[in-house]
Amino acid sequence: MKGLQIVVLGSIVPDPLQTLEPIVGPTGPALKNEMMLPAVLDPWAGHALYEAANLAKKVEGKVFLVALGPKAKLQQVMMNVAQKVPFEIVVLDGPAGGFTDAVETAKALAAGVEKIPGLDKSRLLIFGGWQSASRGTGAVLQMVGEMLGITDQFQGVDEIKMSEDGSFSVLERIEGGSYQQSTCQGAPAVLGWATGNLPEPPNNPQVGMANMRLIMPALQKAAPAPLGGEGLRFQSVEVPSQRRETRIVKNASVDDIAREIADWIRA
Amino acid sequence: MKVLFLAHTEDGGSLGKAACEALGAAKGLGGDLTVGLYGAEVQAGADGIAACGAAKFLGVAGAEFATARYGSDAAACEAIAKAAGADVIVMPATSRASRVAAGVGLRLGAAVDTRLTGLAVEGGKVVATRWFYRQRMVGKIERDAQPWLVTVDTGCFEAVSAPGTASVEMLAVSATSRTTITGIKSPAADAQTIRPEAKLLLVAGAGWGKSQAGGVKRLDEASQLILGLLGATQCSLGSSKSLVDQSGEGGALPFLTHMHQVGQTGSTPRHQKGLATCCHGEEPHVVGWRFINERRAINLDASCGWAQGKADVLYVADAFAVVNKVVELLK
Repeated sequence: MKGLQIVVLGSIVPDPLQTLEPIVGPTGPALKNEMMLPAVLDPWAGHALYEAANLAKKVEGKVFLVALGPKAKLQQVMMNVAQKVPFEIVVLDGPAGGFTDAVETAKALAAGVEKIPGLDKSRLLIFGGWQSASRGTGAVLQMVGEMLGITDQFQGVDEIKMSEDGSFSVLERIEGGSYQQSTCQGAPAVLGWATGNLPEPPNNPQVGMANMRLIMPALQKAAPAPLGGEGLRFQSVEVPSQRRETRIVKNASVDDIAREIADWIRA
Repeated sequence: MKVLFLAHTEDGGSLGKAACEALGAAKGLGGDLTVGLYGAEVQAGADGIAACGAAKFLGVAGAEFATARYGSDAAACEAIAKAAGADVIVMPATSRASRVAAGVGLRLGAAVDTRLTGLAVEGGKVVATRWFYRQRMVGKIERDAQPWLVTVDTGCFEAVSAPGTASVEMLAVSATSRTTITGIKSPAADAQTIRPEAKLLLVAGAGWGKSQAGGVKRLDEASQLILGLLGATQCSLGSSKSLVDQSGEGGALPFLTHMHQVGQTGSTPRHQKGLATCCHGEEPHVVGWRFINERRAINLDASCGWAQGKADVLYVADAFAVVNKVVELLK
């Protein structure tokens, strides 16, 4: 099928190398110095974006990224992401943290998808991560699909293969390291990506320049998307005590270490 | 409070372990319990928990509900949930249930929280425990909204076994879908994956693929040692992202894929013991070890992440030599 519209839903998360500490903010829990923490595109959203771009190239399709997050942080992250693959962006200016509500997030994202000019649901594939590095509910994509009336949904996807007639086959992760194989008659569909099979594309400054011509205006006219967290109350959020008393074994012979490990494994 | 335990059956119509644990979570809430089951067959599953104290058993069964397909599973769950009229709906966090839980919640106008590790009534209110930011912090939440649909993680609740004979009220649900499940692609019997039933998790880190003393990579030897230890212990195999990425580019161990990845962008397995080898123990990796009880690591760097309170024992040694000897001892 030619001319697919692939909409990727994704946002930003704190750089995984950062230390995260919860605090109580005016509207509930938040991260300490959240706006100062360096951010990256959520890893699963990144996989979805790269798979979307790869598929779009094959089917002469177009990729849109609908991103919900603080627009100043989104702008920083997009300076890098924009150099990876071509896409257009719809920016929703709101919180991107882990303490938001999945239903509210889904409503904002579904409204963002509906705003895409020339949206044709018969050619629509919704991509996103099946998890995230923030809240990690795996819920938002399903809800957005329901809101858009899409009931062909797949989660934990590592592969999609399109046929000439617009149908496609999908591999979804299930338990025990296995995949469930499915075929679908065609768009519209929702695909929550696991890691996929593609490496992160190298930076391409020309792609970056072309993308940024569209990203900067989209950031400027970002629609506000406040998420109130109605009816959701946090009793507590804390970093669990996890420090162990590590015994460091130095200068021991290989034989002694191996014997100790073997005994521990057998025990 | 009305509580609905909602789960799919496995092949043969019985309930899986994760579902029995979710029933334990639902029972723990102490309300009026209804059981809802869907799948190709449900009677065997209902009989397996007939004496669990549920006031009612609801079921949706048929060939179209045999496989994990969003359209049919969501229709079945929606019908059962509407018939039950529950305040709290508890589902297991299996791949099949997780695929539809949030969509069903939306159809019901429910609040949805997934992958809970705790669910209890405290002070007359239902309080859920779940992790945020990839197991970096844990929170307790309450909801005003009803119904409240939750999925609960495996290994967190006592599984219920209460056999008997259940009378199941079958609901008629029609399900059409443009999706067809064509099969299951399983790893080869001798393939090494993360296997939840194993006692030990062996994690291979990036060091196995790096140049060793003399500036030479010893990839063949690394493969033999890792596979040898797997063969000797029947343990589960995980990897750090950096080694998986090397493998994907053809530069390291060919039997590693993203399915082995443990950590920030991988899985968070639950094993009694974990042994990290040639892995530096940085936070993005170690968040995947949150539910590993006993942790040991082998690394040449005495100040690596494992030494910073993340492992019980750090052996400062050459993993090639140590693993070779361990395999000999365990054979």
